[in-house]
Amino acid sequence: MTGTLVPEGGTTRQPIERNDDVVRVRHLVRALALQCRLSLVDQTKLVTAASELARNTLVYGGGGSVSAGLVTRGGRTGVAASFEDSGPGIPDIDLALTDGWTSGGGLGLGLSGARRLVDEFHLETEVGRGTTVSVVKWAR
Amino acid sequence: MSERVPVLRIGDVLLVSIQMDLEDQTVMDLQEDLAERIVATGARGVVIDITAVEIVDSFVGRMLATTASISRMLDAETVVVGMRPAVAITLVELGLSLGGVRTALDLEKGLAILRRRSGLPDADPA
Ligand SMILES: Nc1ncnc2c1ncn2[C@@H]1O[C@H](COP(=O)(O)OP(=O)(O)O)[C@@H](O)[C@H]1O
Ligand SMILES: [Mg+2]
Repeated sequence: MTGTLVPEGGTTRQPIERNDDVVRVRHLVRALALQCRLSLVDQTKLVTAASELARNTLVYGGGGSVSAGLVTRGGRTGVAASFEDSGPGIPDIDLALTDGWTSGGGLGLGLSGARRLVDEFHLETEVGRGTTVSVVKWAR
Repeated sequence: MSERVPVLRIGDVLLVSIQMDLEDQTVMDLQEDLAERIVATGARGVVIDITAVEIVDSFVGRMLATTASISRMLDAETVVVGMRPAVAITLVELGLSLGGVRTALDLEKGLAILRRRSGLPDADPA
């Protein structure tokens, strides 16, 4: 987790405002995963994590956007995706990251599961201001 | 308007083959359609074929588990068939083991499970 992420080949930004935007986020992230030559299992893990995070942006963040692209660090290439909203924020991060905890009607596995499925996971949130979740999956 | 996943009836089995990237609304619609069709047709089994499905996240995973429970209550058995290895690996890491969902590797094995359950005669050997 040391060194800065260097963007490689530009970043794509997409809105997450409607149900079908979540599908589009999955397509975007899958295309990047293919470009990055992630293994099939790693592609599947990353796209699944992206699906969870995009849904949270929509459902709990009240909508927002994703920015995604390829990144390099120390000779490695990966896919980075950042999910941003200016919704209510998360008052208790540890609780939100607990398996099975949900404030809605979900399974409470989106945040905690997404964290397990990626290599890097950063959550920034402020009550009343919004939430940004950034993830990276590195090619092996 | 979101698309709807077609539900086919073959004898007393309902067959759903998911061939599209599912929006959450489509997932919810499918769950309701299946419950209604089980009652309307008196089906004894449901096969959900996810061979073409590239990812199963917690929303779709919950639908599979809920559909299995609902169908059981309506006197039908659900079998999920064709899960890709990468999907299985990802689901477990996500924290969803789908304990209450019967699975089979392919459609043929799934139908065989349902036949055994409902005591129907096996299909004629070809
Ligand atoms: N972008 C967000 N904005 C506000 N709250 C969020 C956000 N993402 C997650 N949360 C909170 O974290 C909880 C856990 O999220 P998650 O693990 O995805 O489970 P679920 O979506 O099933 O509720 C949510 O119920 C919600 O309270
Ligand atoms: Mg969630």
